[in-house]
Amino acid sequence: MFSTRALAFSACVLLLCAFVRGGAVQARGQGRGDSANLERRTSAVASQLRCPVCQGLSIQDSPSELAVQMRGVVRDQLAAGRTPEEVKQYFVEKYGEWILLEPEAHGFNMLVYVLPLAAVIAGAAVVIVAVRRWSRPAPS
Amino acid sequence: MTRLVGYDALAVALAVALFGVLAAAFAARRGEAALGALVRGSVFTLFGLTSVAVLAMVFALVSHDFSISYVAQVGSRSTPLFFTIISLWGALEGSILFWVWVLSLWAALVVWRNREISGRLIPYTGIVLLGISAFFLILLVGPANPFGLVTPVPSDGPGPNPLLQNHVLMAVHPPLLYLGYVGMSVPFAFAIAALISGDARQDRWLRLTRRWTLLAWGFLTAAIVAGMWWSYEVLGWGGYWAWDPVENASFLPWLTATAFLHSVMVQERRGMLRLWNVNLIVSTYALTILGTFLTRSGVLSSVHAFTTGTIGYYFLAFIAVVLLVSLVLVAGHSESLRGEGRLDAPIARETVFLLNNLFLTAFMFTVLLGTLFPLVAEAVRGVKVSVGEPFFNRMTLPLCAALLFLMGVGPALPWRRSDLAQARAKLLLPGGVALVVAVLSAVLLTRNAYAVAAFAFAAFAIVCNVREYWLGAAARRRAHGEAPATALVNLIAANRRRYGGYLAHIGVVAIALGVAASSAFRKEHDATLKRGEKMSVAGFELQLDSLWGREEPQRAVVGATLRLMHDGREVDRLTPRMNFYRTQDQPVPTPAVRSRLWGDLYLNLMAFEQDGSSATIRAITEPLVPWIWIGGGIVCLGALVALSGPARKRVPVHETTGPEREPSPLPLPELEPARTA
Amino acid sequence: MNWRRALIAGAVAIPIIGLLRFGLTRDPRAIASPLPGRTAPAFDLAVFASGNGTFAPTRGERVRLNDLRGNVVVVNFWASWCLPCRDEHAQLSEMSTRYANRGVRFVGVVYNDVTANALRWIDEMGGQTYPALLDPGTRTAIDFGVYGVPETFFIGSDGTVASKFVGPIPASVLQQRIDSLLVAPVP
Repeated sequence: MFSTRALAFSACVLLLCAFVRGGAVQARGQGRGDSANLERRTSAVASQLRCPVCQGLSIQDSPSELAVQMRGVVRDQLAAGRTPEEVKQYFVEKYGEWILLEPEAHGFNMLVYVLPLAAVIAGAAVVIVAVRRWSRPAPS
Repeated sequence: MTRLVGYDALAVALAVALFGVLAAAFAARRGEAALGALVRGSVFTLFGLTSVAVLAMVFALVSHDFSISYVAQVGSRSTPLFFTIISLWGALEGSILFWVWVLSLWAALVVWRNREISGRLIPYTGIVLLGISAFFLILLVGPANPFGLVTPVPSDGPGPNPLLQNHVLMAVHPPLLYLGYVGMSVPFAFAIAALISGDARQDRWLRLTRRWTLLAWGFLTAAIVAGMWWSYEVLGWGGYWAWDPVENASFLPWLTATAFLHSVMVQERRGMLRLWNVNLIVSTYALTILGTFLTRSGVLSSVHAFTTGTIGYYFLAFIAVVLLVSLVLVAGHSESLRGEGRLDAPIARETVFLLNNLFLTAFMFTVLLGTLFPLVAEAVRGVKVSVGEPFFNRMTLPLCAALLFLMGVGPALPWRRSDLAQARAKLLLPGGVALVVAVLSAVLLTRNAYAVAAFAFAAFAIVCNVREYWLGAAARRRAHGEAPATALVNLIAANRRRYGGYLAHIGVVAIALGVAASSAFRKEHDATLKRGEKMSVAGFELQLDSLWGREEPQRAVVGATLRLMHDGREVDRLTPRMNFYRTQDQPVPTPAVRSRLWGDLYLNLMAFEQDGSSATIRAITEPLVPWIWIGGGIVCLGALVALSGPARKRVPVHETTGPEREPSPLPLPELEPARTA
Repeated sequence: MNWRRALIAGAVAIPIIGLLRFGLTRDPRAIASPLPGRTAPAFDLAVFASGNGTFAPTRGERVRLNDLRGNVVVVNFWASWCLPCRDEHAQLSEMSTRYANRGVRFVGVVYNDVTANALRWIDEMGGQTYPALLDPGTRTAIDFGVYGVPETFFIGSDGTVASKFVGPIPASVLQQRIDSLLVAPVP
């Protein structure tokens, strides 16, 4: 009765409506105050910076004093109008690249992003070829 | 006296292990019975000796014999008895001693359970395990000697690392981890033995291996979940997984072992993927040794790191040997392992399993690459980079989503053959439920696409797996007229592997939901409270009742008592604490966690005034976190159910027959992933 | 047993072992600072302990790095709770006196500490010959990329950071680094 295509299409339409509607629900809360917004932006940037005295935690998660103070620096710079990129660049200039919890995506570092994707694509190709070949009818 | 007993037991154990390996070469010529007896004798003796050594160490710890180096390192008169005993595995030397004991235990169990089986497979397996034990015994007799002599004898010791004294889960996580981790030596030994003895083309060894792998996998799953729970309850940041290198090290073999547990089913039914499965087994073991190396060599800094030293070089040599032996044997036999591949139809459960293996292997590759990349980047560019949580979350979330989806599709599709129309009919209901869940969560809960996708896929997988129980029980009721509960129980009993597997899927879905909810809906709130002041959290009010201090033998404890109030009435009392150990300058937190089925309220004492007038509290609401621990339990229950089935399978095993085929178009599956493109 | 395949596969192990072997030679905790070669971050901090050397601004007075341009400046980050800081204190004080009339200024910046504890610590150590500065919010330490104490920075007379030393600094290293920044070394 329902073709696969029709089902897929209606699913997408429904989801789209849900997201738009859901977005409206979220947007209601936004005008609450700049301080909440600043906190959110601070958390977002702080989650990408590594705490220098901890083991791999971000300065957002770390309870150490230095992490708290670094969060303060992030907050002040964001409040002064700097972009998240500029704030991160500031810390890279002070501590080096390892202060970023995720390697910057250029040059040699691209390998760590590209190789997993290449692996999935290559693996999928292998599986598709294998399944095709294995399910070919046996030569009579 | 104790020291000599312990050390000599280890020295003799090393001699026995080496003797067993060498003498086996001669015994092999004298026939299988002699070989089998020799190996069994060596393995049992080894187990006896390592047990003596462990008992000696426990005795030394409990009796505070500070003349023994390990006791002087981790012992203390002021540590409670419980933590004194479990400090056996708290530092490097003791952990290796414990490792060797667990290894000898597995070896003894394997040769004893399979003592009736004829042929060379079991003795060779025993020899491989003896060889591995020999390596660890060399460490114990040499650079990692726990029974060293300390003169002059100190009167007291520093005690174990405070982080290891804070929680009872520290008694649970390491033993489970060792049982699982070391247990992966067993399938590896079986694989090497099968390759050497020429048994690899038969499937008998695989049938034996599968159950041991499942048992080790169950322990490893429990260990990982227990580790997550421990770090959640102890470390104070409200998280349970930080993609720390050593967390990754325990996770990597779990991924390949899970892939194996699935693809082995394809091998049993269709005789395919033989070479791939051997690769998976060998990779799993290589990853466990890599993990041990990373923990103990100081190559990567991590919360787990033990002391560094020359021991890294020993492990490096061992990894080299393991890798070389495995690669040479597997590649050398690769042609004889290839079988004829035959699928009845592309849309069937077999294909789903292939995809499952694809995603699990890609997952393993991604995590491995991320863990080792800082080292690679330093080698190539000379610059240190960090690869942390944002990277791993970003790269693995799509894979997790795909795996959740497959966890539903797999049970829904039959073996051998199906077609698009049939598949669509079976997936219509779960798909519809997933869509409804997606729409509802997008409207009511969050606009976070990842969370919505997680809930949708989880719903999909739950419906598919639960439906299998429903349909199976319904069929039994129709056929035998049983009551619903009886039908369900009999259904599971008759097909434990299958329904244990579905149960494990349900457990994984529960974990996924717990992770998704606690990440997407987590709320954090810091406040500094004076006595009597309140902060509001998640519909409750938290009032600081008192700030107190207490002296204990090994530490000073500062705690805040908070009253949890709802509508003005006190509902609960929570006391987050800070522990100041004499040996550390940073305090160790003990957060207060109030667990309910729908989520946790997590309180951490961040700071306080010396005069006790105020305290800074961090309150975190973590929805659905208990589902992670419960889900872990369900997965282990599923493994138990699957294991409890009879050893002999009723599904016909595909024995290899027929002439050698020309090499298949599949490239040789890679063990080593970090190849430049 | 296909030996050709076996050998090729075995060769795959070599780069892995090589990588891990390389890893054993590196210290994961040693992080190179990007500061050397760049202009030193300017600071403007209040004095809380004058010290009894020739350069002894009064308590409460502000010390600005820019005002010290033309001198070699040694900036030492320390804390009263830091045990290794005790080891280097005598050297720092001594060198400060020795180089005082050579155009070298020593300043100590306290890191994550309580003022009362820091003052008490200086007294316990028998005073020091250079001023100690307060760093509210640890902003200056973060500006210098400090992640532990003690850390010592050597700034040339042109205001560029010449080098950084992590850990308690031995007298010989102190001397050598300052000498390399002066036109003529101390005899």
